[in-house]
Amino acid sequence: MNRILKKRVLAPAVKLIEVENPFIAAKAEPGQFVILRVYEKGERIPLTISDYDREKGTLTIVFQEIGKTTTLLGRLEEGDRILDLVGPLGKPTNLENLQRVVVIGGGLGTALVLSQVKEMHKKGTRVDCIIGARNKDLIILEEEISPYCENLYIATDDGSRGHKGFVTDVLKKLLDEGNRYDRAIAVGPLIMMKVVSNLTRQYGLPTVVSMNPIMVDGTGMCGCCRLTVGGETKFACVDGPEFDGHLVDFDEVIKRTGMYREEEKLAMELLQRSLEGGL
Amino acid sequence: MAESKRKPNLAKTKVPMPEQDPQARVKNFEEVALGYTPAQAVEEAKRCLRCKEPHCIDGCPVNVQIPEFIRLIEEERFVEAYHKILEMNNLPAICGRVCPQENQCEKLCLRGEKGEPVAIGRLERFAADYAASLPENGGKPAVRDSQPKGRVAVIGSGPAGLTCAADLAKAGYRVTVFEAFHTPGGVLVYGIPEFRLPKSIVQREIENVKSLGVDIQTNMVIGKVLSIDELFAQGYDAVFIGTGAGLPDFLRIPGENLNGVMSANEFLTRVNLMKGYRFPEYDTPVKVGRRVAVVGGGNVAMDAARCALRLGAEKVYIVYRRSEEEMPARREEVHHAKEEGIEFRLLTNPVRILGDDAGWVRGMECVCMELGEPDASGRRKPLCKPGSEHIVDVETVIMALGTTPNPLIARTTPGLELTRFGGIVADEATGQTSREGVFAGGDIVTGAATVILAMGAGKKAAKAIDEYVTAKRQG
Repeated sequence: MNRILKKRVLAPAVKLIEVENPFIAAKAEPGQFVILRVYEKGERIPLTISDYDREKGTLTIVFQEIGKTTTLLGRLEEGDRILDLVGPLGKPTNLENLQRVVVIGGGLGTALVLSQVKEMHKKGTRVDCIIGARNKDLIILEEEISPYCENLYIATDDGSRGHKGFVTDVLKKLLDEGNRYDRAIAVGPLIMMKVVSNLTRQYGLPTVVSMNPIMVDGTGMCGCCRLTVGGETKFACVDGPEFDGHLVDFDEVIKRTGMYREEEKLAMELLQRSLEGGL
Repeated sequence: MAESKRKPNLAKTKVPMPEQDPQARVKNFEEVALGYTPAQAVEEAKRCLRCKEPHCIDGCPVNVQIPEFIRLIEEERFVEAYHKILEMNNLPAICGRVCPQENQCEKLCLRGEKGEPVAIGRLERFAADYAASLPENGGKPAVRDSQPKGRVAVIGSGPAGLTCAADLAKAGYRVTVFEAFHTPGGVLVYGIPEFRLPKSIVQREIENVKSLGVDIQTNMVIGKVLSIDELFAQGYDAVFIGTGAGLPDFLRIPGENLNGVMSANEFLTRVNLMKGYRFPEYDTPVKVGRRVAVVGGGNVAMDAARCALRLGAEKVYIVYRRSEEEMPARREEVHHAKEEGIEFRLLTNPVRILGDDAGWVRGMECVCMELGEPDASGRRKPLCKPGSEHIVDVETVIMALGTTPNPLIARTTPGLELTRFGGIVADEATGQTSREGVFAGGDIVTGAATVILAMGAGKKAAKAIDEYVTAKRQG
């Protein structure tokens, strides 16, 4: 259980692992997440299930090394085990009765929407996909996702691939050209999801965003992941992680995400010091 | 010792139990109460009058044979005393620490009529700790080794689940316990702090339960990774649900999502389960401001307040909307909290939490309350005093308002009848639910209560499950 069968480096500090856990693989659905812990003194962090293979009994997880836990996870190699892995948590994405959908994946977001895009393709939904990244080296899983998309657009901040600018520029152009969608699915940095939601609101396009706030248990017990949606408090772990982007109070989510920034920085500095010390 | 020669200790008060000094203990997470020495335990055991018809047992939800184990302590047969308790109670070192004995066994003790009752809880704790200090707990009672009578799945490894599992294992069942967290113990590990219940003691008693043959599978959220119907399909004969009351309540007042506002569940889980008080040695951080308000008047509120103090808060308030008399917390907990310097703001109710531009708590606006006529709970209803608004200067607010059952299992188990508050309807005597073969007990049935009541429910359910499976297999 929890053995890493495959590991790939997708971009600098962005890694993909395929983990053996037949229990979770049997039940996982697009949009759900796992919580994992890497070692005995480690923190519990939520990570989206990028893909799953029920027959092989595996889960695919893509993550970026941004803090101590993800950095330690990135140092595990094929054959190593993840200490604790629990899931599938959260509600699956509702992908029923969709004719045409536009999917916006920013940064790591492309990896996180892979299972949704595959599922929609299976159900006969036409999918346009917009991938955004800072530069061409950070574009991930393009080959994996493209067979399931009718159109795939790329935007980079520096123009090294595709459109020079933001994913929202591409989305706006598609909408202004008269493309009609039943739904937008936006997954990526909070600020990107906020800007996408603000844009699609003007077009009356229903928009689903996926939240990844700080969590502890992931089963509704602690309430750390709470956010305001349409004026009501919701728990991302059990009521989400996906919500109506037009109703999410993004400014509050952004503030709450920074709650432990000082501690996260300290933990990372101490880790780097110990890694440099050859420990 | 012949009864005629025995001279009971007629002291009116309990032999005092050594405690860490309040000034010293607020700076550490080590246990506050230090336990009896053998001599102190024998001295206290001598206070038992050996009543012909002892009432103390009636007060024990798991029917520990109290006078018998106290007699064994008096005779310095400490390991036998431990085994006597174990016959009925699988978690004695835990119960000796966290049971509200003053409302149970000790309340019915004859000695309590003129002075203090016998310190049954302290003696229970002593016997368990004494045995644990010996190799192999001073020798274990024999485990039966025969063909299993059936397979039972227990969901949740808190007090109800552990008790049910241990009793069923003793009765000859193969038991698997499923736990959602990475560590078993439920509220014993995430909720009750180290200084009241050291985690090494919880671990030790869980190891004892495992040594009966109970298999504990962690990281398994039943209702997500497996449903109850799937457990039956895997060949389990019966299922016990002991998933507790895990969902935190909030006040639903403005400002509750500011940074610095937490549920007591979150705060205590960070501190206890994740060992946040040892950050950065442990990775999970926990933050308290200089001044902390804990809203609520139960044991969980006292635990949270005392943890906040140990994490370095200069000022910790308990903010409670009724008076001290109505507080649901144990007297001993209130006493310890006061001793440690926690300030009680009684008849005070928060109406709004104030924040700064960055989204952090900068104060809590409260109103003063007065007590009116008794309400549905039998306690006098707090009423708001007009014009009494004032601001309590705090940077952290911890909401300890109570908890409700987690709906994960109810939602995924067709045919399970629920109560109005989302708990599972179960027969009080057997734990039988509306689904055949499915039993439930503890906070998931009663709403938030105590460790020992959950254990009592687990015990009753174990007996009923044994009868059910035996009848089914014969039929």
